[in-house]
Amino acid sequence: MAMEHAGTLRSPAWQPLAGLISGLVPAGVFTFYRNMPDVPSPAVMDGRPLDDLLVAIARDRDRTAFGLLFGRMAPRLKAYLLRSGVGAAQADELVQEVMLMVWRRAGTFDPARAVASTWIFTIARNKRIDAIRHDRRPEFDPEDPALVPAQAPAADRSIETAEDSARLRDAIGKLPVEQAELLRLAYFEDQPHTMIAQQRGLPLGTVKSRLRLAMERLRRDLAGS
Amino acid sequence: MMRPTHQLPVHHPSLELLLDYAAGSTSEAAGLALATHLALCPECREVVAQFESVGGALLEEIQPAAMPPDALDDLLARLDEPVPAPAPACRSTADVDALCPLPEPLRSYIGGDLQAIRWKQVMRGVDQVVVAVGRGRTGKVRARLLRIGPGIRIPRHTHDGTEMTLVLAGGFSDGDRQYQRGDFSFSDGEIDHSPVADDDGECLCLTVTDAPLRLTGPLMRLLNPFIRF
Repeated sequence: MAMEHAGTLRSPAWQPLAGLISGLVPAGVFTFYRNMPDVPSPAVMDGRPLDDLLVAIARDRDRTAFGLLFGRMAPRLKAYLLRSGVGAAQADELVQEVMLMVWRRAGTFDPARAVASTWIFTIARNKRIDAIRHDRRPEFDPEDPALVPAQAPAADRSIETAEDSARLRDAIGKLPVEQAELLRLAYFEDQPHTMIAQQRGLPLGTVKSRLRLAMERLRRDLAGS
Repeated sequence: MMRPTHQLPVHHPSLELLLDYAAGSTSEAAGLALATHLALCPECREVVAQFESVGGALLEEIQPAAMPPDALDDLLARLDEPVPAPAPACRSTADVDALCPLPEPLRSYIGGDLQAIRWKQVMRGVDQVVVAVGRGRTGKVRARLLRIGPGIRIPRHTHDGTEMTLVLAGGFSDGDRQYQRGDFSFSDGEIDHSPVADDDGECLCLTVTDAPLRLTGPLMRLLNPFIRF
């Protein structure tokens, strides 16, 4: 998280704010960017939080922001799709489709509900289900009058902040190896946990208990703060 | 016995099932049962949202795979393409005023109108209808609506595979467990059970099975070749 804030402050869009604190860092850091405002260094812009990029895409139809988001996420989306067993050419195509949806649906991204990577993950996941399994993904409709609302909407915990996201990545990094490995299989391999057990020759009970331990731990880390 | 209708479900899918759903690896039929439970259960919606965040975090830290050098330019050139008209909404608005409304996504899967369903009798007091699920391969996975008359006992049986049951109206008991609207039960081959519908009304359930059930009662097992579950 600290890294992302640093990136925000260093990017040209934040120069006025950066100017306020420029006394805290060597002056050259900011004058460098002030001198070339139209050609932001990708390395620096790369530090802009994904959420900011997505908001800029939605609000301003900002192609530069889209290019940066593509640079960050497309290779990861490709890796995600390759892990689920599609060939490289199909993965390239699917990434393009996912990123096109990101461009078109950016207006529905609500940074108050989830961070950008979570939102993009759900789009990629649904694209994978559609393309590989030719299935629909049944989903509840948040506007459905028959939906049972949360009893304490003020305490709705499905709000995800950048801090949550950083804490989550940190918590995943600290999981025991065998739990982290299974967790990645569960998310990346397009196999329910029962099939993972079968294919890896692991007892189903072992798979279940490792996944459960991992998920309970991550949920605790998300809740406790 | 009966819980007030506003009460939230007490029997939930396991964390592993919710994880499969969030990760996108459940069959469409299982997804239908899980998503319909989510419509009735804010607690599990919250868990799935958390698990989706885990997916986002894993996506951020995955080892990237290089895209072709011209991929971004190709895509930038496509950004102004006209957006294809969205698929016609298949959402139904019918039936939501009913006493125990069917939530989405199930409501659309059954065509919106519970009254228009053409039930088929399975045994005395038990009717079923198969819910059409999946354009692709579904294997042996079947989703069904079951309508069970008041006080009717389902003959003692087990499953070669697994069975998910979601209560939509009324209730049933299975051993010492009580299931009401929104409650989700999962059983596998190790469970040999004989659920009984509550006395005070019909029980409406969605079941998803991946293998036929087997009757296990002393005489009923003779009927195995003939039952239509």
